[in-house]
Amino acid sequence: MSLTPDEIRHIARLARLGISEEDVLRFSGQLSSILDYFEELKQVDTDDVPPTAYALDLHNVLRADETAPCTDHADVLANAPLQENGYFRVRAILEE
Amino acid sequence: MTNDVLRLTMREAAGLLREGKVSSVELTQATFDRIRAVDERLNAFITESEQVALAQAARADQMIAEGHENPLTGIPAAIKDAIVTKGVRTTAGSRILEPFVPVYDANVITLLDEAGFVMVGKTNMDEFAMGSSGENSAFGPTRNPWALDRVPGGSSAGSAAAVASGMAYWALGSDTGGSVRQPGALSGVVGLKPTYGRVSRYGLIAFGSSLDQIGTLTRSVRDAATVLQTIAGHDQRDSTSAPVEVPDYSATIGEGVKGLRVGVPREYFIEGMDGDVREAVEKAIAQLEGLGAEIDTDVSLPSTGHALSVYYIIAPSEASANLARYDGVKYGFSYDEGGSMWADMEGTRQYGFGEEVKRRIMIGTYALSAGYYDAYYIKAQKVRTLIRREFDAAFEKHDVLLTPVSPTPAFKIGEKINDPLQMYLTDVCTIPVNIAGLPGISVPCGFATADDGARLPIGLQIIAKSFDEATMFRVAHAYEQSTTWHEEFPPL
Repeated sequence: MSLTPDEIRHIARLARLGISEEDVLRFSGQLSSILDYFEELKQVDTDDVPPTAYALDLHNVLRADETAPCTDHADVLANAPLQENGYFRVRAILEE
Repeated sequence: MTNDVLRLTMREAAGLLREGKVSSVELTQATFDRIRAVDERLNAFITESEQVALAQAARADQMIAEGHENPLTGIPAAIKDAIVTKGVRTTAGSRILEPFVPVYDANVITLLDEAGFVMVGKTNMDEFAMGSSGENSAFGPTRNPWALDRVPGGSSAGSAAAVASGMAYWALGSDTGGSVRQPGALSGVVGLKPTYGRVSRYGLIAFGSSLDQIGTLTRSVRDAATVLQTIAGHDQRDSTSAPVEVPDYSATIGEGVKGLRVGVPREYFIEGMDGDVREAVEKAIAQLEGLGAEIDTDVSLPSTGHALSVYYIIAPSEASANLARYDGVKYGFSYDEGGSMWADMEGTRQYGFGEEVKRRIMIGTYALSAGYYDAYYIKAQKVRTLIRREFDAAFEKHDVLLTPVSPTPAFKIGEKINDPLQMYLTDVCTIPVNIAGLPGISVPCGFATADDGARLPIGLQIIAKSFDEATMFRVAHAYEQSTTWHEEFPPL
């Protein structure tokens, strides 16, 4: 399994990860050898084996629907890099 | 006050507090003197919280005077920087959270606070707990107290180094693939990973949500049981926290191992394992046999060899989803020179995340992407089922399983950092336990002598059935009390 530089750029874009050309080259080598290692799983017979998402047998966990105080508005914004009028501020998502 | 008091176990120090021989404030001050004396060499702490600690210590002295009985009251402890602490900066070892000051406490912190604990600081770690050596921290590597040119293990590197070197009596870590047990073994302290669901993950910064569990680093098995007793239990803010009764561990920890059925799965004694590690673990098994345990070495868990692949598909997949929240908008580092919203977001993640984190986001994104989801992610989840079934079958015949924690003792800083696969292989004995959600504990069981003459700790891993930490503690305590390894202290 070998990942081309274009595939690496595509995965980085899916992950919204900026990537330098140096990292494109390094990651294509490293990720290819990691994926090669995963190939060994193909020899495992998993016909009729159900997947395990996590180790507990707990499903559809519910709690009582009760009102309780929520996090203070000022606290929610306390770590925001940019804020304005009590909101998180982001750059415009629509081009002019 | 001499350094000797800093070598005690938590429960021994708790005894001194109750006898009035020392106060929590004095213990805390002595601990900070020790931190100032040695942490420049070890780099175990990212953030020290001396003012918080001294206030907590004064309150603890009051609680003890009023008869409060939890042994951890007033005892200086360290918290891995993956666990959020209200008002005390929490970075997860990442540049992307460098300025982050949480506005709430993790559930474990709330419980510890009610018990009167003293938090000396937040410990260094591999970024987002992704690593086996502590070298992937944005704040520089932590060094092993037993050999300063070696790693203390990871990802709970600072927690292990702090407990081993007298900078904290105990510490919290987190364990996704071995990140408490492996640094426990490599640094010569006890590392406990409870059953998945035993301890609330509310406020643990997420890495691999189906694998993550908060654990402890302590100087004795009894101390591990004491901390678990305090932090375990159901919490409705974590939907994977199990509504299961927490037994009184102190009631059974001293019951010994006579008649317990102990299995030794052969797949854990891998080719390429260090000779000193093999010898120490085999001696530990013989020691438990001498104490009355029934040892069965004819145990096989044939899918063990696939656990590493399963883990390095599932954990990065979950991580790639969990780490999508770091977008530079809500908190943390924010890049603002991209010229557009998307470019800022991509820049935030490019410059905020370190190399290993990016590598795992890439692996996970690929494994979850269209066309590859079934071949990687679903396949890994199916093999996960096989691994669980094999453990279930083994636990029909055995009460606990014994294995090494790590195939080698502590390696040199820089030795494996440029070869991700070699680094991943160091977790081969601990990962299956997370995949199956089982409890595991690492107990000091000897020392290896490295080629350069360094004397390096070795760990014995004890694995138990889900939610049967009580039996695991019995075995670990019986072994520990029949040896002196846990009394050793690094020459710093």
